[in-house]
Amino acid sequence: MFKILSKKKLNENTFEYEISAPLVAKKCKAGQFIILRVDDDGERVPFTVAGFDREKGSVTIIVQTVGEATYTLSLKKEGECIADFVGPLGNATDLSEFESVILVGGGIGSAVILPQAREIKSSGKKVTVVLGARNKDLIIHEEDFKRYSDNLIIMTDDGSYGEKGFVTHAVEKLLSAGGYDCVFAVGPLRMMKATCDVAKKFGVKSVVSMNSIMVDGTGMCGGCRLTVGGKTKYACVDGPEFFGDEVDFDEAINRSGIYRETEAEHYCRIKEEKKNG
Amino acid sequence: MANEKRNSPVVRDPKERACDFKEVSIGFTESAAKAEAERCLNCKNAPCMKGCPVGVHIPNFISLFKSGDIVGAKRAILNDSSLPAICGRVCPQETQCESKCVRGVKGEPVAIGLLERFVADNAEVVMERKEPCGKKIAVAGSGPASLSCAGDLVKAGANVTVFEAFHKTGGVLVYGIPEFRLPKKLVEKEVEGLKKLGVNFVTDAVIGKTLSIGELLEEYDAVFIGTGAGLPMFMNIPGENLNGVFSANEYLTRVNLMKAYDKNSKTPVYRAKKAVVVGAGNVAMDASRTALRLGAEVSLVYRRSRAEMPARAEEIVHAEEEGVKLNLLCNPVRINGENGFVKSVTLIRMELGEPDASGRRSPVPVQGSEFDIECDAVIMALGTSPNPLVTRSFPEIQTGRKGVIATDECGRTNVKNLYAGGDAVTGAATVISAMGQGRKAASAILEDLGVL
Repeated sequence: MFKILSKKKLNENTFEYEISAPLVAKKCKAGQFIILRVDDDGERVPFTVAGFDREKGSVTIIVQTVGEATYTLSLKKEGECIADFVGPLGNATDLSEFESVILVGGGIGSAVILPQAREIKSSGKKVTVVLGARNKDLIIHEEDFKRYSDNLIIMTDDGSYGEKGFVTHAVEKLLSAGGYDCVFAVGPLRMMKATCDVAKKFGVKSVVSMNSIMVDGTGMCGGCRLTVGGKTKYACVDGPEFFGDEVDFDEAINRSGIYRETEAEHYCRIKEEKKNG
Repeated sequence: MANEKRNSPVVRDPKERACDFKEVSIGFTESAAKAEAERCLNCKNAPCMKGCPVGVHIPNFISLFKSGDIVGAKRAILNDSSLPAICGRVCPQETQCESKCVRGVKGEPVAIGLLERFVADNAEVVMERKEPCGKKIAVAGSGPASLSCAGDLVKAGANVTVFEAFHKTGGVLVYGIPEFRLPKKLVEKEVEGLKKLGVNFVTDAVIGKTLSIGELLEEYDAVFIGTGAGLPMFMNIPGENLNGVFSANEYLTRVNLMKAYDKNSKTPVYRAKKAVVVGAGNVAMDASRTALRLGAEVSLVYRRSRAEMPARAEEIVHAEEEGVKLNLLCNPVRINGENGFVKSVTLIRMELGEPDASGRRSPVPVQGSEFDIECDAVIMALGTSPNPLVTRSFPEIQTGRKGVIATDECGRTNVKNLYAGGDAVTGAATVISAMGQGRKAASAILEDLGVL
């Protein structure tokens, strides 16, 4: 059992959980992911690590309520336990070959680029961060990003905060001005695809983090496979990060929808059941 | 002669069993078991034993059972095999012990597997543990190799900790082999038995990630790697990443480990109307029969002929009885989709040519013989390649052909105090061979640590 040390509501349907998992915290690096199960009969769901505290033995994840598992997790209170928390899985981010990186976080993806920003900043290199969300309320950790970036640009779809528009607009502007050699993008598949297209247009390398559907996270099921550079790769053991210009995003987008119908039905049912006690 | 035929086990009606996940074979009744035991000739030279990968003293256990000492019979099996209730069900006895049975020369061999199962299911043996020997041993993985290794080590007085990557122990016995062939409560019972003896089980621990082999070697006197087979193989044909194409590993894990056959399960599984399963090993049979139970019409596709099918004869018969259609001598060349989901698979007819290196006649495509079969799921049961997690995170360990861990015949790797066995060493093989290797490694560990 893994204890929820703290739980913070970041916005209407997003929570930040700090989970006690000393073994994971000891090894964990930015870019890796964990798999958790909320209850004994729960589904195994992967989440990218949003932070860790080795001394405290804790790992932080940021979770948006989108389906049954995340909803069940959202009902857990601080001090309660979840059944399983395994990791760190996948490979750590390695942006060391780049001198000047733009970190792009779309929606909940912003959670994942914070440790990257911290790491690059501490290595003495410059970091530019672009955060995008539908509206002001969905922007997370703005204060932390201010601290760990040299330049922070916020984009909202409705213009309720920062500039109105998509992250791609900001990236396009930055790359036109020049001076960057990598765009690291985390967020919804379509946002990552569009961002990589912009980077490609400017001949700049892009790196993305693929959060594919998987069961074990150790290479055994093959559910997370995607086409990268024309070859089949497993997000769990070969990734989760890949060069964006090599990823077949259309295939990944298609694969991400395989259980959409059953999950929507399931989520509705579980919500009803919980409401009715 | 009446004695030429073996006694039959109780097997559930195919129509009934194809709709649920309860065990297919109920095994022998007591009277059938007794009658079958009487067929054993108690041969002095015991040829059956030579067919057993772990050398169970078969005539001995059958004699004890015949004499009414079922507990003694189980003890006799446990001397050499640590998981008799499991092996009695999933061992390919027809190509092992039973293939050597003298009874088989003129008639049917003694049903050794069914007798083993009967004895294992109907007798309780309390295992004993020697005085603590002061050695601390880590076991990575909790499948058949690891469980049998851990069992022997704990009985010899060692302090044993088993690390499992999943949330549940049992490895392939839990995630791979379906409930209808191996009830999970039997696996739980074996694990509980080991816990009672003092084995410590740690779940959610991926060796190579959560803990490294190096760390384990520092903390423990010896480490056994039984992490099993790894990455599922695909065919590298167009359309393989369409929705509806699965590895048998994924499909079976969702259904077995995550219980997705239950409509209330929180883990989804793809409920196909028409499934094509590619492959002809036991895993292909398990996947076919699972898809069938989830409501699909199932066609199995295999590029060679029936004679070359590697699955156990019994599994093939059971699958056919339940309604799995065999499409032999054909091979997928392309999977066709519509809106991102599988719509059909294009097969090409094959004919058998010259024998290849393995001695089997190699299949050759018949030019221009392509044809389509409609389906909404394709399940690939083509075997696995070794999992890179352990070897990537501990490059000191020597690997052999195709990246499996290299060991001597007793499971010693090139690194001191580091042992390995099971599919991690052999590539995909049987439960019994994994178990045998786990036991061999356990004795090597005890010998090397000066315990034996």
